[in-house]
Amino acid sequence: MAELNTGDGGGGKGGKVRSKKQNSKVDLTAMVDLAFLLITFFMLTTSLSKPQSMDLSLPDKDPKIDEVPVKVDENRTMTVMLGANNKIIYYMGLLATPIAGPKDITYGKDGIRREVLKRKKSVLEYSAAKGKPKQGIIVIIKPTKKSTYRNLVDILDEMAISGVETYAIVPEFSPEETKLIDPK
Amino acid sequence: MAKIKMKKKSTSTDMTAMCDVAFLLLTFFILTATAKVPEALPVDMPSSTVQSKLPDADLAIITIGKGDDGKSKVFFDIKGREIRKRTLEGMGAKFGVTFSEDDKTKFALMDDFGVPVANLKQIIALKASDRAKANQPGIPIDSLDNQLKEWLLVSRRAAIDLDNKELQIAIKGDAKEQYPQIKKIMDILQDQKINSFNLVTGTRGKDF
Repeated sequence: MAELNTGDGGGGKGGKVRSKKQNSKVDLTAMVDLAFLLITFFMLTTSLSKPQSMDLSLPDKDPKIDEVPVKVDENRTMTVMLGANNKIIYYMGLLATPIAGPKDITYGKDGIRREVLKRKKSVLEYSAAKGKPKQGIIVIIKPTKKSTYRNLVDILDEMAISGVETYAIVPEFSPEETKLIDPK
Repeated sequence: MAKIKMKKKSTSTDMTAMCDVAFLLLTFFILTATAKVPEALPVDMPSSTVQSKLPDADLAIITIGKGDDGKSKVFFDIKGREIRKRTLEGMGAKFGVTFSEDDKTKFALMDDFGVPVANLKQIIALKASDRAKANQPGIPIDSLDNQLKEWLLVSRRAAIDLDNKELQIAIKGDAKEQYPQIKKIMDILQDQKINSFNLVTGTRGKDF
């Protein structure tokens, strides 16, 4: 410790004149106070965490001329429509002959996530039965004009959480779909 | 009777170790600090569970949010001083505005902005603290006067010239912004064959 033995008491029989040793202990309390104050200041003003970013890749906008439109098995598609006021409606397959739904559902783990996971599993079983076990679910996300950016990010996040690899954002609505999501 | 004397303990503790730790932490925080800059357009980002970070360099951020007057505005920001300088030169040439060397240096140190090119000089001339209060109207993105498109084009070219790298584009949207606004920006990006970009989000756990 930074402490020196000072006053030896008596001694000094030889009559030597010793300079009085001063106590070298410094009171550090004020210094520590100051240091912690500065730490607090820097901690609060620093933005240590960089914001997260979500990658989004969209298909080419102008379809190439020689491209043949891919036909997709309707048993594998799930359509999710995002409406105003955090409303979601989903259905499986075609709207005219749906396998499930159309049904209202909420965001979050008890709503859309449970449904997506369930559907994902059943589609995998269906594909396996057909002999093509690699073909998973295809989710079509349809954001209406009244849906917010938060809804879009939420649903993309759900796709990432539940591990859906194929999804598309298609902001096009058939009249029947408009009736469902935006009844006036 | 012998009294038992209590030994008096010294009340002063040794502060040396504590002082050492405090200054170590202080040094760490000073060195890692990047001071928060007041944003010209504050945006409430939606959150996601994604764990990937935004890149540091070669990045352009398009901010979409509502201003004080309730209208949605688009702001633009490029990371990297050299790219910013080069971009400003390019934009000046395109829109017939001359920027002095001083303007360019100041612009390189600025953050996001949201004014038409014609008014950019005034914003550059302002002090950093006043820029956030200047009530910038946003970059025009109409089909008649699509300056965002030009900014993107010029900055991407600058990134390729300087670093030989494709500029990454990030969209930082307000959570309450409606989808058509976001779609408009995505369409502008896709018109330039930028089909892959980042959405800036906050963090949250998986239990929501």
